[in-house]
Amino acid sequence: MSDTAAQPRSDADESDDASADATATDEPTDPDEEQGAGPVSTGAESVVAALEAAGAKTAFGVQGGAIMPVYDALYDSSIRHVTMAHEQGASHAADAYGVVAGEPGLCMATSGPGATNLVTGIADADMDSDAMLALTGQVPTEFVGNDAFQETDTVGVTRPITKHNYFAGGADTVGDTVGEAFELSRAGRPGPTLVDLPKDVTQDETDRTPGPATPPAGTDPDPNADQEAVEEAARAIESAERPVCLFGGGVIKADASDEARTFARSYGIPVTTTMPGIGSFPEGDDLCLSWAGMHGTGYANLAITHTDCLIAVGTRFDDRLTGGIDTFAPEAEVIHVDIDPAEISKNVHADYPLIGDAGRVLDQLTAAVREGPDTEAWRERCAEWKETYPLTYATPDDEPLKPQFVVEAFDEATDDDTIVTTGVGQHQMWASQFWTYSEPRTWVSSHGLGTMGYGVPAAVGARVAADTMGEEDRDVVCFDGDGSFLMTMQELSVAVREELDITIAVLNNEYIGMVRQWQDAFYEGRHMASDYTWMPEFDKLAEAFGALGLRVDDYDEVAPAVEEALDYEGPAVVDFHVDPEENVLPMVPSGGANGKFAAAEDQL
Amino acid sequence: MSGDASDGDAPAVSDADSRTTPDADSRPLPGEQPGPDERDHPEGRRNLEGIRIDPVVEAEHESRRAVISALVEDEPGVLARVSGLVSRRQFNIESLTVGPTTVDGHSRITMVVEETDPGIDQIEKQMAKLKPVISVGEVAGDAVISELVLLKVEADDPAAVHAVSEMYDGRTVDAGPETITVELTGDKANIDNAIGAFDRFGIVEIARTGPTALARGDTPTAPGEKPGTAGEPTTHDD
Ligand SMILES: Cc1ncc(C[n+]2csc(CCOP(=O)(O)OP(=O)(O)O)c2C)c(N)n1
Repeated sequence: MSDTAAQPRSDADESDDASADATATDEPTDPDEEQGAGPVSTGAESVVAALEAAGAKTAFGVQGGAIMPVYDALYDSSIRHVTMAHEQGASHAADAYGVVAGEPGLCMATSGPGATNLVTGIADADMDSDAMLALTGQVPTEFVGNDAFQETDTVGVTRPITKHNYFAGGADTVGDTVGEAFELSRAGRPGPTLVDLPKDVTQDETDRTPGPATPPAGTDPDPNADQEAVEEAARAIESAERPVCLFGGGVIKADASDEARTFARSYGIPVTTTMPGIGSFPEGDDLCLSWAGMHGTGYANLAITHTDCLIAVGTRFDDRLTGGIDTFAPEAEVIHVDIDPAEISKNVHADYPLIGDAGRVLDQLTAAVREGPDTEAWRERCAEWKETYPLTYATPDDEPLKPQFVVEAFDEATDDDTIVTTGVGQHQMWASQFWTYSEPRTWVSSHGLGTMGYGVPAAVGARVAADTMGEEDRDVVCFDGDGSFLMTMQELSVAVREELDITIAVLNNEYIGMVRQWQDAFYEGRHMASDYTWMPEFDKLAEAFGALGLRVDDYDEVAPAVEEALDYEGPAVVDFHVDPEENVLPMVPSGGANGKFAAAEDQL
Repeated sequence: MSGDASDGDAPAVSDADSRTTPDADSRPLPGEQPGPDERDHPEGRRNLEGIRIDPVVEAEHESRRAVISALVEDEPGVLARVSGLVSRRQFNIESLTVGPTTVDGHSRITMVVEETDPGIDQIEKQMAKLKPVISVGEVAGDAVISELVLLKVEADDPAAVHAVSEMYDGRTVDAGPETITVELTGDKANIDNAIGAFDRFGIVEIARTGPTALARGDTPTAPGEKPGTAGEPTTHDD
């Protein structure tokens, strides 16, 4: 193995191209013209020029010794930098920014502790296939490997949780590396990339302007699926009796919600989504059975259990979706559309693999199906399940406030384009169950990694994204648990400083509720370490941060508090004291059969 | 903020108001719905690989040895990337060898794994995702597969050691009063047999490289690979 650091494109190739052009047109060519990267004098300036040329508008991060040259170069840049309270906040904010804006999010940190603090957010983005670029400072090259002050092997630490990571080799190439990493993060199946930037590399002089950013060869796959395979899948759809669409997060990442809607509606095929796929298909639509999986709706899980043709698009068949593989869609032929060939037959065998971009392949399928299947009887059956197993909860007068009611109150008070972010736990499930999502990129949550504390920094990132897109009117609501909120609430200080209009609804049950629910179901109610009666008063903490703080204990206080919080121009925190004993239902026990979900607690 | 939603005559808030003393919902409550065992369940099943199975023939895949060859870009950490990825996904690497190719900046990784067919397929697909991996595939069944081993045995009977090593086309590379070191190459069976034969002299140390392989004839070893000479492109991408 050679010791040369990442050198994305061979310089020889480029100069060859340039000279060929020059002879052809007899004019000096300017390789930067098209992307507009300006002249640079240091590696750090080259990094920033590459980011600007690639279209990055916003960065989230925290300063520090090894990254200082890059920050200094940002001083004169058009890129907005949002200083976060903690690097974990930076990586979640960048992730959420990317989800909402449909662009790679950008986060930055110094070496050592700065870089390790980014790790959770990078891993989160990796699990959810979110495009994100992380830039980390590193000790000067000559000290690398010597356990120098604030040194961490960031490339080593983040290798399993990035799509690819780079150790920047020199000031002349670092800009190209950064541009490539940015493009790579969104090419094909999106994911986080990282560039580790030794301080000497960013400090060194260079006059080499980075070229136009392109992903490395072979990483931007053909968007169309093999036409023959499409025809075969179309025949399977035509002859299906009980077809079901399963739209995953990939539909949203591919901006394929329109194609997905057209496809399902053209043939009257009932639709389920995965949890990351929420918003790809409007939940108010008659065809929609909402999301399937551990806490998905009973009717989605029944439809998946009984389907004979599962049209799965952009999903990786996570175990929280499938439950036990042996009982997942046991009678279905599976058509699996995915941009990533490695997802095909990874967890569930695909009878009809269609490798390509979700939108393009759905268009191909729509064109290839000659006569749609007759789904009337099947749709009726799904409708019956919908009647029999509605999402519901008990609200007798004398009970403490139900968390589900709070979610519904916010849903009713806001528009369809409202962005919801969450922490992880029961509140996350209620926020996904009791809110009717109708648009993509409005549901921003931590799915694959399940990161408590995702909600507040994600709300910051989502708000900044909406504002950057000129969508200041959209609401951003974060549903958080008391436990999750406490993990990253310091980012509230950022929201106050930046005057970000977000509303945080803490569904405070004085438990880490999801754990308490499992302890009650599977550990004889032994509440080991799940009892959070020591929670601070969040409304007062909010005020201490300079935000609006409200507290709600009863049903009749909900609507006025919701209104006040939404109307407040700036960050507002409402501490809803909700029924501590409320459980998330339905529930498929871990590894169980989806069709055997528990609709009530005594069925667990 | 949400002026438009809560101002005006939006029913939202007043709706919520009307629910300030919530009624018992008219919809069936969780406790009133049919339980898990009252629902009909399909007959079908899938096996561990997620393949739909005929309940009578529960097909499970047998694992087999496969030699995977990957052409990779010779950048730092590529070996760690490949081995880390494969082990993280719980595939067992039996051996891994790496060396340069005819092309500057390219290396060949030869990996032997013992896996089921779906597992082997998955390893190839996962490896193909790595940025420095140019091309990867299983080496055809009749490929030339060879391994190098160095064996150090006790030197009590040098003539007998020499005889055995001749039998296996070995070569003595170091001989001293205490130990003799022999170098052998061959396929797995040949080497295993040889080690068995040397056993009686008392094997002191052993170092095996693990197999490395090339496809026979003009079949490319990694898919799409072109027979190249120094400096020439060897892949479909170029
Ligand atoms: C960082 C992190 N640590 C631990 C967990 C395990 N975990 C999953 S849900 C949960 C409880 C969450 O409690 P809270 O945020 O209060 O939400 P609730 O379930 O009460 O709504 C815990 C501890 C996790 N998902 N993430």
